[in-house]
Amino acid sequence: MTGNPFIRVEGLAKAYGPTTVFRDLWMSIDKGEFICLIGHSGCGKTTILNALAGLEEVSDGAILMDGREIDGPSLDRAVIFQSHALMPWMSVLENVDFAVRSRWPGWNKAKRHQHALKFIELVGLAGAANKKPAELSGGMKQRVGIARALSIEPKMLLMDEPFSALDALTRGTLQDEVLRICHETQQTVFMITHDVDEAILLADKIVLMTNGPQAVIAEIVENTLPRDRSRHDLHRHPHYYRIRNHLIEFLVDRSKQFDRAAMDTRHPQITKPGLGGPTALDQSA
Amino acid sequence: MSRSITLRAAVVSVALLALFLLAWQLATLGGTAATDMDPEYAALMGATATQGKSAMPGPVEVLGTFWNHITNPFYDNGPNDKGVGIQLAFSLARVLTGFFLAVAVAVPLGFLIGMSPLMHKALDPFFQLLKPISPLAWMPLALYTIKDSSASAIFVIFICSLWPMLMNTAFGVAAVRKEWMNVARTLEVGPFRKAFQVILPAAAPTIVTGMRISIGIAWLVIVAAEMLVGGTGIGYFVWNEWNNLSITNVINAILFIGLVGLVLDQALAKLVKVVTYPE
Repeated sequence: MTGNPFIRVEGLAKAYGPTTVFRDLWMSIDKGEFICLIGHSGCGKTTILNALAGLEEVSDGAILMDGREIDGPSLDRAVIFQSHALMPWMSVLENVDFAVRSRWPGWNKAKRHQHALKFIELVGLAGAANKKPAELSGGMKQRVGIARALSIEPKMLLMDEPFSALDALTRGTLQDEVLRICHETQQTVFMITHDVDEAILLADKIVLMTNGPQAVIAEIVENTLPRDRSRHDLHRHPHYYRIRNHLIEFLVDRSKQFDRAAMDTRHPQITKPGLGGPTALDQSA
Repeated sequence: MSRSITLRAAVVSVALLALFLLAWQLATLGGTAATDMDPEYAALMGATATQGKSAMPGPVEVLGTFWNHITNPFYDNGPNDKGVGIQLAFSLARVLTGFFLAVAVAVPLGFLIGMSPLMHKALDPFFQLLKPISPLAWMPLALYTIKDSSASAIFVIFICSLWPMLMNTAFGVAAVRKEWMNVARTLEVGPFRKAFQVILPAAAPTIVTGMRISIGIAWLVIVAAEMLVGGTGIGYFVWNEWNNLSITNVINAILFIGLVGLVLDQALAKLVKVVTYPE
């Protein structure tokens, strides 16, 4: 971890009545990093993302961005919602323009549209700018959601299982595009996913959470694959299966049998599967 | 397939109408004329008793009057004899005034209630109490306080149009999808843009459906209200023709009330279609 990270999550906890969903979360995110959060349902993944977005209040702890506490939603952090959340009465262009206008209220319509179209083109929807969301496929709708989020040029992108509602083929193409766009724009990203392969493809670091309630960060896995990886040759890399097995093994077995008392939640273990060090696969092999 | 079913339904409709008119015509043919009636007594009696004429007008007679009404709707021969067009215009003016006053109150108030669970809980008992009151029950109170019969009729329309719109607006606003609200929140959208660009279009189908229910009820109520306040309007026309014992005109008025109600309902149905968004 560097000395002055972009995002610092400090002792975050959330309780609904007597049930503590998660507690004592500590992590940091550097500028330009792509973080994936993996955990089973009920460990409060979406709550963490909403807290980062400023949409939900937490019970304890704080999140700092650039040293300032996050206490509400901000145009600095764009959210890509699981269900795309497009306004069905607006065209593609109007949906993106809605965001652009929020960011730059002083701009005139021509300038806003020009800016919005740039991002609609970026996600490959140049021909569909005047269509309504109902006329688009699921993948195209999610592209609009991505264009809307990127159009406000946020400091950070938050994605809540953005591809989970899509079929496998569409998901693959969109993952490639997101990877390309995020590398091109040096975007800082925090993403929730259920999909281990998606995490390996996209993330620099994969944050693993134990099962809820009382969920904590179990460990942080650093992706040891080269950064210019692509979906097509990913599985040929020698580290790929080590990382994958490590993650699967965690989700299947270890996520539910952690000795929470013995853990240093403030400094979760960092593992680098494939680069020596202890990995579950090596131990069992 | 759908076209052929439309066509077949139209044929059945026309056939049923023809059947009804025929039955009506046969039922009102009347009996034979009385032959052995004392002429002095016959002079006192109407055609029903002397010539065996039916008490009910037949369809030909009614349609003939109907034709007279639509060819000359705006004549004005004094307070008791105005064209049906004038009477309908009076009724429509009252209904639309009361209705738009109700829109002006119900939509903003519904917005407030829909946005605030506190206000919803606080005001709900009042609405539940006021909603089932027949709008005509307000009439004496309105006449006493407003002291103007025409304005009282408008007030009655206002009060009966209010509830469906209020309830639907509050429901529509409260039911705006949380994800759209979250989009607006993460984009730091101000309250005015949020109200007019997110909540209003999202709730518009529900709100306009409330308006459609309201205008239907208003058109039902105006006839009764005008029978009470008198003077002008289609409700007054019906009652006046009843006093004149002109059943032909009463039937005509019923027909006109139905036609205008149909047009009002269809106009609002069109508007619902315009504001509905496909998902």
